[in-house]
Parts: sequence; C-alpha cells; structure tokens
Amino acid sequence: MSNTTTETEQPPAPDDSAAERLSTAPVESEGPTGIGAFGWARWMWRQLTSMRVALILLFLLSLAAIPGSLIPQYQNGQGQLKVEAWKAQHSTVAPIYEKLQLFDVYSSVWFSAIYILLFVSLAGCIVPRTWQFVGVLRSQPPAAPRNLTRMPVHAAWRTEADADKVNAAAHRLLRKRGFRAHLSGGAVAAEKGYLREVGNLLFHLSLFALLGGFAWASLASGTGGKLMVQGEGYSNTITQLDDFNGTRFYGSQDLDPFYLKLDSFTSKFQTKGDQIGAARQFTANVEYYEGSDESKLKKSTIEVNHPLEIGGSKVYLIGHGYAPVVTVKNGKGDVVYRGAVPFLPQDGNLTSTGVVKVSDYGVGPDGNKTQMGFSGFFLPTAPLSFEGTGPRSLFPGDADPELVLNAFAGDLGTDSGLPQNVYQLNTRKLTQLTQDGQPAKARLKPGQAWELPDGYGSVTFEGYKQWASFNVSHRPGNSIALAGGVLAILGLIGSLFIQRRRIWVRAVALPGGGTQVELAGLARSESAKIAEELAELAVDLQDDAPASEDEDDNAETDVPEEAGAPTAPETSSDPEVPADQNSKE
Amino acid sequence: MQLASAVDPQLADLSNKLIYSAMVVYTLAMFAHMIEWTFGSRGAVAVRSTEQSVSLAETVAAADTKAAKKVTVTVAGAGGGTTTLTRTAVAGEGATVVTSGRGADEEDGPGAAGTNEKADLAGRIAVSLTVLALLLHGGGIVARGLSVSRWPWGNMYEFSCAFAFAMTGAYLVLLGAKKKVRWLGLPVVLAVLLTLGIATTVLYTDSEQLVPALHSPWLAIHVSTAIFCGGAFYAAFIATLLYLFQDSYRKRVDAGKYDFLRPGAVRSHDGQKYSQVRILMARVRVSVCNRLPAASTFDKLSYRVNALVFPLWTFTIIAGAIWAEAAWGKYWEWDPKETWSFITWVAYACYLHARATAGWKGRKAAYLALAAFACWLFNYYGVNIFVTGKHSYAGI
Ligand code: HEM
Repeated sequence: MSNTTTETEQPPAPDDSAAERLSTAPVESEGPTGIGAFGWARWMWRQLTSMRVALILLFLLSLAAIPGSLIPQYQNGQGQLKVEAWKAQHSTVAPIYEKLQLFDVYSSVWFSAIYILLFVSLAGCIVPRTWQFVGVLRSQPPAAPRNLTRMPVHAAWRTEADADKVNAAAHRLLRKRGFRAHLSGGAVAAEKGYLREVGNLLFHLSLFALLGGFAWASLASGTGGKLMVQGEGYSNTITQLDDFNGTRFYGSQDLDPFYLKLDSFTSKFQTKGDQIGAARQFTANVEYYEGSDESKLKKSTIEVNHPLEIGGSKVYLIGHGYAPVVTVKNGKGDVVYRGAVPFLPQDGNLTSTGVVKVSDYGVGPDGNKTQMGFSGFFLPTAPLSFEGTGPRSLFPGDADPELVLNAFAGDLGTDSGLPQNVYQLNTRKLTQLTQDGQPAKARLKPGQAWELPDGYGSVTFEGYKQWASFNVSHRPGNSIALAGGVLAILGLIGSLFIQRRRIWVRAVALPGGGTQVELAGLARSESAKIAEELAELAVDLQDDAPASEDEDDNAETDVPEEAGAPTAPETSSDPEVPADQNSKE
Repeated sequence: MQLASAVDPQLADLSNKLIYSAMVVYTLAMFAHMIEWTFGSRGAVAVRSTEQSVSLAETVAAADTKAAKKVTVTVAGAGGGTTTLTRTAVAGEGATVVTSGRGADEEDGPGAAGTNEKADLAGRIAVSLTVLALLLHGGGIVARGLSVSRWPWGNMYEFSCAFAFAMTGAYLVLLGAKKKVRWLGLPVVLAVLLTLGIATTVLYTDSEQLVPALHSPWLAIHVSTAIFCGGAFYAAFIATLLYLFQDSYRKRVDAGKYDFLRPGAVRSHDGQKYSQVRILMARVRVSVCNRLPAASTFDKLSYRVNALVFPLWTFTIIAGAIWAEAAWGKYWEWDPKETWSFITWVAYACYLHARATAGWKGRKAAYLALAAFACWLFNYYGVNIFVTGKHSYAGI
C-alpha cells in the first residue's frame, strides 16, 4: 500500500485513441447501417463474423455433437447393425429420429449447417484480421498517450538527468529487451509479442487445413472388407472383396492393385483371473505383393495396432474367428462337399455360428435332386452340457473345440440368382432332418463323423482353421489433417503463452528544472507480468535517470502516512465483523 | 509389440496394499487439514496486519539504503482498486527485492491456518502426511506396472490411480515451489480420496495384460497426457468453484448480509431471531472466506490453468486420432469417447473465446468453465460406464 499517486483511486481509463486495443478482433456492430438489401446483407455479414455469434456457434457445435454419442450412428464401425437393432427396440420414435437424421448426426443437415456457418464466420473474421495484422507489422507502434499515469500500469519519478538522454536510454533499453521501439515527439513507443497474433491466426487458419483434410478424406477414400481363412489369398479387386464402400473420387475401378494371402493366424488369451478370456495377442502372418508382379512376394505381419501398407492402401486386422473344416458325403458315399467354413463369433468367448451349404449334393435318398444345408455352432471350448445355457463357449481359445450341427434338406435357394448371405440359411424351402421325432442334431469333436438320419449320408468334422478379417482402407488427406493439427497446437501455444504488450516512456523537462519520467504499460489484463516488466525496465532506466533525492524522501514520509490511511478499508477487515469497516474509522 | 504374458501376483497384491495404505494416509491428511481449518478460525485477522507490516517494513528498509534504486509500479485492479509493486535494486549487490502490496479489493487471505500456531502445525502435519501418501501411492502405481511389465494405465482403475497421483503431485510441486497454495490441501485431498474411492470400489480390476488394441506406444503418450489434462482441469475446476464461492461471499458482504454478526448488532430479521445454526453457518463462511485467497486470484488461477492445458488437450486428441488411425483405420469415427473429447474441447475453446474476445470475465466465464469441466467428467466416467463404444476394454 505505497501508492504515491492520488489519481489511481479511480480506475484509470486507458486512453483509447492511442492505446488501441491489443487485439485485432473485429469491432461489434450495433445495427443495420445504410438502407435496402445491401445494408441488411452487410449487417448480417457483420453479425455472422462477430465474436458473439462465433461463441454461440461454438456452443451450438458442442451441443449438437451430443446426440450422436448417445444414439447409434450409421457411420460408426458396425453402425448399420446397431442402428437396426435400436430401431427395432424403439419402433415408435425411430421414424421421427430418422427424419431428424439422428442416426447420421455428423453428416446431417443441421450439424453441417452449424459447422459450415462457423467456418464461414471464421473466414470472415480471420482473413480481414490477417491483413490488418500485416498492416500493424508495417507501421510503427502507436504513439504514447498524452497522460501516461492514467494507463492501467504505470510508474513515474523525477530525475536530474536530461530528458532527451533519458528518452534515448529508454529507447535503447527497450530495443535490448526485444521490443519494437520508436522514439519520436519526446516519447518512446514500444511493442512486443507479435507472435501472439501470429499464433492466433495460425491456429484459426490451421482449422481450415483440418477441415480440408476431413473433406478430402470423405470425398476420396474407400474401404473394403475381406475375410480370409488360413492359407487363402485374394487380389484386391471388386469381385474378390467381400464388400466395398467407395466415394466420389475413389470407386471400385480405383482400387489399389495388390495380392494378399493369410498364411497363419496366432491368437492368445488370458487364461486366469477376472479377465479370463480377454484377448492378449492377435497376429496375422501374411504374404503379399504390390501390382501384379508375383516375383515381388514379401512376408509380413499385421497386428491390431500395426496395419500393413500396400500401395496406396492400408490393411487393418479387424476380426478373427474359427473355420471348421467339414466333409459331407451323400447317401452313396461320394464326397459332395469339403472345405473350411468361417463361423462368425457371437460373444467374447467366440461362440460362433455359421452354415454349410451343399448345393451340389446330387440325388437324395428319395431319388430326387436335392440340396443340403447345415447350421450350427462352433465352440472353441465347449462345456460338458448345454443344459440351461444352450451351446455356449467357455473360453475363446481352442481348449476343447466342438461343432454342433443341425441338418436340412431341400432347396437352398442358391439358384434363384439373388445374392445370398453366406452366413445364413434360408430355411423357407428346406426341411429339417429329424430323428425319433426330434430335430436331428450332433455334437462333434475333431475327427468325429455324424451318420445322418434317413440315409442322407454323413458329415465329418475334420478339424478347424482360423480366419481373420481385414479392412482395406484407402484414405488420402490424412497428412493434410495431421499438418493442420500440428500447426494448430503450435499456433495455440503462441496464442496462449505469449503476451502482446506495449510500453511507453516519456521524459519531459519540468519548468522548475529537473525531468519528469513516466512509464506506462498495456497488456491483456490476464497477466501481472507487465507490471514486473515495467518495474525491471524502470530499475534499469534509473542507471541513466537516477531518482532525485527528494523523491526518496517522499517515499519515506509516505509510509507512515499510508499505514493508517483511510484509503484501504478492506485491509483492516475483521473476519468476524466484515462489514463494519467504515464505522471503525 | 510383444509382451510377457505373465502377471506377478505378489507385485499386483503389493500394489493394491500400497494404494489402500495411501488412502488411509490421505484420510489422515484430510483430518489434519480439517483441524487446521478449525483452529485457524481464531486469529485470521492478526496475520493480515502482520503481513502488511512486514511488507511495509521491507519497503522502508529498502528505501533507507541510500544507494538503492527503487521503483513503484501502480497497477489498476479490475474492481477499481489498485495494486502496487515495488522493485528495489540495491546498488553494488545487484539484488532486487520485490515487495508487492495489494489493493483494496484484491486482498488474499492468509491461508487456512490463520495465525494460529496449532493450526499451522496441523497444516504442516497434513502436508507431511500428503507427501507420505504420495510416496505410497506412487509405489502402488509402479508396483502395478511392474507386475505386468507395462505402463500402468490400461483400464479405468489404473487411469484413476494415475490421475489422482498427478493431482497430488501437482499440488505438492506448487507447494515445493514456495507458492502459497496450502489452502488447496483440503480440496485436493478430498478430490484424490473421491477419485481413489471410486477407483477401488466401482472400477477395480485385477492387474492383467492388455488387450491387443492397447499394445501401442501411443498408450503411454495419449493416455498419460489425458491423465495430466484431467488433473489440471480438475484443479481449475476447484479454483472456479472457489472463485464463485468467494465472489458470492464478497457480494453478500457488500450487501450487508453479515452485518448481524457485528458485536451488538440486532440478531433478528423482520422480527424473527436468527437461529443459532444460521449464525454458526455465517460465522464459518466468514471465517473460511477471509482466510482464502481473493476471488480475483481464483479467477486468474482457473483461467491460467485452463489456458495452459488447452494446447495439451488438443495434443491429446490429435494423438488419440493418430492412434485410432493405426488401430482402426480411421482417425476419426465419432466413437462416443472421441465425440465427448471433441465436445469437451469445443467447450473449453468456447470458454477461452469468451474470455479472450467477448470480454466475459467473472461469473459468466466461470459458468462456461464449469460446463466444460462437466463435459470432461462425463467423458471420463459417463462414457466409459454408460455408453458402449470402441473405448470399452477389459474391466470397463
Ligand atoms: C472453429 C472453431 C473455433 C475454435 C476452436 C476457436 C478457438 C479459439 C481459441 C482456443 C482461442 C484462444 C486463444 C487466445 O486466447 O488467444 C481463440 C481466440 C480467438 N478466436 Fe477463435 N476459435 C474458433 C472460431 C473463431 C471464429 C469463428 C472467430 C471469429 C468470428 C474467431 C476469432 C477469434 C479471435 C479474434 C481470437 C483471439 C482474440 C485475441 O486474443 O486477440 N474464432 N479461438
């Protein structure tokens, strides 16, 4: 409490004309100016690019993102299935949600509207700001306000040194401290911390790079899926992929050409403790070559966090499971089917379901041409009994594998020409085989065969292989987005950690002899650093402009006066009696 | 990355014991802090005037030295008061002494202990206990990591332990750097106990190896920065709450709401006598608020911490996106965790915007900061527990 100046009792208002705002943020506009459509358009544009609207749009953006995290989305992995399941459960609201695009929030009209408006606003705000800032860089720091002691941070003293010399010394000191300083009209104007603006502009501009990367990816990327049983391989063409999602600039004819083969697959699981069954390792050992040159065959591995890059695509390991190998013989004992059939996991313990379709069965026991289908479960670790639980695997590893099958005969519907789901049996034209009035069913261990009822032949569970499924993804634009992200961080660091500030020094010869030195600083109010900086500068300046003796005396006599000064009511506040400071005097 | 699949059960067990012991010691520290606050209520006034006189005495001493260069810088405060900062360089020695007196509306309280020696002792004991707890806590985390030879943050239980550790660590570092933050002790210990309590009861999972999706160096980078950001956001949240608490107290004082505590004041309102409870509550409020730092100090603290962490949070999200690209093939899929990180990020951006450009200081900005932290909390607990997405791993 050693105020030596009295005018600081009131909040000193910064001298507006000279101490222009340190931010180049646009000025808020009041209302439409001018008449007619043009005036209104300009007003709306000003509104859109105002900080208030930017704030509202940002807030709306975060609100609008919420529903997508709570309602299943088509866009997510396996989104389709989840959305369908959700719709089935909430059949009354589902159509409304569909209308509101709530299953597709992030590409919905309203979500897009918000972020497009935000980016328009951003462009309208940042581009003019950039020009303005270039202008600032090319001109001198604004001249000193008339009354420096009315600035928010200031100091003053008297000295015997010559005013011009003090000004020159201040100019030199400020330059040494890295300020852009300018001496004119008996005062020094200096400014530092332009990197803050650079950082701020960089940050906002890099948001465009991020958006651009996003946009490019959504226009020019494609993903395909492929499931392969150990030992199988495929060429990356539309006919050999299981599915493919293209975009405007990456269609099925643009697929990166390569060949990929799954040699073997290793999986390991937790065998004890409360996380029993949790996956611990998945490794797909593969062979591949780019283009069509078989001689360039290479070996590699694909793991969950380690995709394989081939050509312009990345191949990700996304799933795995078991494929039982079965042999089907018809009534005459001819082998009519033999192969590994991928079964799809239904739970964490890899209880898997699948079907075997025997379309070339030949002639059935009744002498007519027929087909056969089997549906069932593959259990990598089967329980002793299915009582109460049904067929459920106990553990994802293959500790005690079993194949559980039902058999059907009739028409598989494969000849109808319509595409068929290979993992489902269309039982419309099939009849289930029965035994003793019950549906015929068998639990088979590897190597075991099942003699089918009614002379339909037999099924042998030869063994099983592992399969792995892959995502083949072509996504350009990643590096643009990444660059945007890195620049955004750098820009933010500059914008948030660097203070832009101005310092003015003025030394004036007093009529009665001596020189009055005044210093003032202006910065964002968030920081107390400017005061420290000003103090350091002032101390340094006193080498050239030592304070007069009587100034020191003043300070001394000030102290006792201050100790009992009535100007500091709160400091004497008594915790028990906080509100009665005034009555104490 | 190949990992030894074994778990060392002894180390895992030791880890649990250490965490439990740490919780016990934190609880003791909490009690010590409570004692500090209670005893400290007797004599907070005195310390204020002593501090005042000390700083004045220093100024006088410095001014007495004839060869001293002394400068007083006046800073206008937001509320109309002023602060002055005096810097003195003693010629020849080059030493600078900085003394700062504070203006009317920015007076920081003396801290929890007030001037009471017993309270101060309790406070010191509390801090020592906190240090001990931190050591046990750290030991628990290290043992957990060693038991499975990996980074000890593979599931919610482990994140929470690490997160609480970061929180205490940050507090003690500040204290070690001679910042006046001992008043933070009680809120920090409470927050740590709450976090550990939820971790050990609701979120607990045995020490195990990780699912393959987590076998990545990004685990160390992305998750550790996320944990750090969480700790810092939490700290800023506490500061924001205290700001609101302190600010409303000042407003009430100005409105004369506590006048009835004055000796000899009429203890009634509209003919109704104030109840004993009411008087006691008011006394406690007055006593606590007068010992805490000023509202503007809290406001600045919460802004600074939030601003400091925001770039790191941005980095965390980007690191997560890079990891997602490696693991799932798409760097952004609007998975619930990603979505809520984004929401949190936008909410904090909103807050920074409000302060930087719209000039929203004080309460309005504080509400935005609270909303942003609520998003963060939901992202941490809510998304993991209530929403299923790709971020759900073994044991939540
Ligand atoms: C796309 C969403 C946006 C995000 C995530 C964002 C984020 C940020 C952040 C974090 C800051 C704080 C940096 C600081 O304190 O200096 C900031 C400052 C700023 N933003 Fe934005 N912003 C966005 C959109 C906009 C828009 C639309 C405008 C203009 C209408 C804008 C204008 C500004 C200005 C002028 C500042 C800095 C003022 C200053 O400190 O000089 N921003 N922004």
